[in-house]
Amino acid sequence: MLETIKVNWFSNIRGDVLAGIVVALALIPEAIAFSIIAGVNPMVGLYASFLIAVIIAFVGGRPGMISAATGAMALLMVPLVTEHGVEYLLAATILTGVIQILFGVFKVAKVMKFIPRAVMIGFVNALAILIFMAQVPHFLGISNMTYVFVAITLVIVYVLPRFLKAIPAPLIAIVLLTAVAIFSGFKLNTVGDLGTITQTLPSFFIPNVPFSLETLMIVLPFSFALAIVGLLESLLTATIVDDMTGTDSDKNKESRGQGIANFVTGFFGGMAGCAMIGQSVINVKSGGRGRLSTLVAGLFLMFLIIVLGGLVIQIPMPALVGIMIMVAIGTFDWSSFTYLKKAPITDSIVMVTTVLVVVITHDLSKGVFAGVILSAIFFVAKISKVTVEKKLLNETIHYTIEGQLFFASVESFLEAFDFNVKSEQIVIDFSNTHVWDDSGVGAIDKVVLKYYENHNQVTLEGLNSTSKKLVDKLAIYNNKDAKMSSH
Amino acid sequence: MYQKILLAADGSEHSLRATKEVINIASLNLNAKVTVVLVADFSNAKNDVLHSGSTVELDMKRRKKLIPVEELLKQGNVNYQVEILHGEPGPTINEYVNREKHELLVIGSRGLNTLQEMLLGSVSHKVVKHADCPVLIVK
Repeated sequence: MLETIKVNWFSNIRGDVLAGIVVALALIPEAIAFSIIAGVNPMVGLYASFLIAVIIAFVGGRPGMISAATGAMALLMVPLVTEHGVEYLLAATILTGVIQILFGVFKVAKVMKFIPRAVMIGFVNALAILIFMAQVPHFLGISNMTYVFVAITLVIVYVLPRFLKAIPAPLIAIVLLTAVAIFSGFKLNTVGDLGTITQTLPSFFIPNVPFSLETLMIVLPFSFALAIVGLLESLLTATIVDDMTGTDSDKNKESRGQGIANFVTGFFGGMAGCAMIGQSVINVKSGGRGRLSTLVAGLFLMFLIIVLGGLVIQIPMPALVGIMIMVAIGTFDWSSFTYLKKAPITDSIVMVTTVLVVVITHDLSKGVFAGVILSAIFFVAKISKVTVEKKLLNETIHYTIEGQLFFASVESFLEAFDFNVKSEQIVIDFSNTHVWDDSGVGAIDKVVLKYYENHNQVTLEGLNSTSKKLVDKLAIYNNKDAKMSSH
Repeated sequence: MYQKILLAADGSEHSLRATKEVINIASLNLNAKVTVVLVADFSNAKNDVLHSGSTVELDMKRRKKLIPVEELLKQGNVNYQVEILHGEPGPTINEYVNREKHELLVIGSRGLNTLQEMLLGSVSHKVVKHADCPVLIVK
C-alpha cells in the first residue's frame, strides 16, 4: 500500500512537476474556450478544470492522465444551459457524477470494450467537427482583423513548437496576441465580452434549482449523456496513456474517480468534465507519469487565475478561436480517409453514420448509440450467414457447411439444401461450422429427417466436440419413430 | 568485433538494408548479440489505439512490422531479441542504447515517415548527435 503510494506519487517528482506546469499553461485557454462553447461564464470551466484535475489526482485509476473541462462535455450541455441556465447545469453535473460512480461500482467499464472501433473513430471525428463548428460564429464575418488574429494564432501554434518546446505554443500565442490587442487598440471581441473572471477560489454551494421530479426529468437525460460520453472519452484516453507508458490501469476505478470528481465539482460551481486526450498526451510527452503531475496541473492553473485573472478577460477571442481550431485538427482522426478505403464497407458505414448522427443532432451520445446499434445489426447479419456448398463425389452428395449455426442462421441453412432427391447417399460436413444452440440442432434434425422421408442415407461428419455434445444430447433424428412434426 | 549491437528498425526499406549490414557485422563475432528495437512513437499513440480492437491486437500490429527484419536475421543465423519501446523515436533510442551500453548502433538513414522527417529532421540525425557508441547509418 505504502509502496504503491510512493510509486504513484513520488517516483518521478521532477518530471511530474514540470509536466504539470506545462499542462496547466495549456489548459487555461481550453478551459475558457470550452466554457464559451457551453455558453457559461469562463469561471465555470476554470473551476471545473481546477477541481477535476485535483480530485482525479487522488481518486483516478490512471496516474498521469489529465482530466478537466472538455469540449465533448461542453457540447452536450449547450441546450440545457440555453433553456434552463447554469444552475441546472451544476445539478446535472452532480447527477452525472452519481451515475458515473454507479457505472464504476457495477463495472460498466468492461462493457465499453464492446464499443467497436468504427464507433470510436466516428466519435472523435464528430467531436472535432463540432468543436470546429462551434468556432465559426466567433470568427466568420466579424472583421478582417479577426481573420488576421486567427491566422497568426494558427501560425504560432503550428510553427513555434519546432523551435521552442518548453512552453506550450498556445500560451505564447495567447500572451502575445493579448499584448498586441491591448497596446494596438484593435477592435476585437475579448473573453470579457462573454463573461467575467473572479479571482477567488471556488466555494461550496448547493445549485439553486427546485428539488422536484420535474427538475430531475429535465436534468436526467443530460446527465446520462454526459456520464456516457465522459466515460467513453476517459477510457479511450486511459488506453492511450496505458499504451504510451507501457503500463496498465484500473478502468473501473477511473470510472468511479470521474464520478467523484464530477459530483464534487457540481457543488463548487464547475461544469462536468472528463479525461482529455490532447492534454494527457502533452503531459506524458513532457515527462509526466505520476499522480503528482495531475495535481500540479490543477493547482498551478488555479494559482495562475488568481494571480493573472484580470488579464484573462482581455484575451482576444480570435486567439482562442485559433487554438480551438488547432484542438479540432488535433482531435480529428486523419487516417480515417485511408480507413474508409481499407476497412470493410460495414465498418465505414458505421463510422460515417456515427459522425452524421452527431453532426445533425449535436449530441455525441446519440451518435454513439446509433453506431453501436448499427454495428450490432451488421454483426448479427454477418454472423448469421451460413454458406452451404454442394458437390458430387463418387455417387454421394456432399454438403459442406461454413459459418455459425444458431437461431439467426438456421433459415439460410435450411434453404440451402435440395430435398428433391430419392434413395441417395448424402454426407453433410460440419468441420467448418459450430452449432451454438437448440435451433441449430433442430435445423440439423429437420434436414436429416426430411432426407429420411425419401429414403436417403445421411451421414454427419466433422462436428467439433462441443457441437457434437449438443447434437448428441438434443437431436432426435436417430430415433426411428421421430417425425418432423415433433419440432 | 562488436558483441552488443543495437538495430533500430521500423520495417521500412532502409531498415531492411540496415539489417543486412548488421548480419555482416554480426557474422564476424560468434558471440554477437543483436537487439532489434522498434519505437512506438508517442505522436501516433492516439491513432494506434483508435485503430486497434484491443491492446493485444496493437501489440501484434507492431510485432508484424518487424517480421521482415526478423526473417533476415534468422536466415543470417544471428542471435537476436526484439524490444518494443514507447516514446519519441530519437531520444528513446538514445536513452536505450546508452543505458544498455551497446557497442554499436545501426539504423537506416530514413524511416517510414517522410513528412515528419522533412519537418522535424530525421531520427538517424538525432541519434548520431546523442548516442555514446559508434553509429552506422545505412543508406
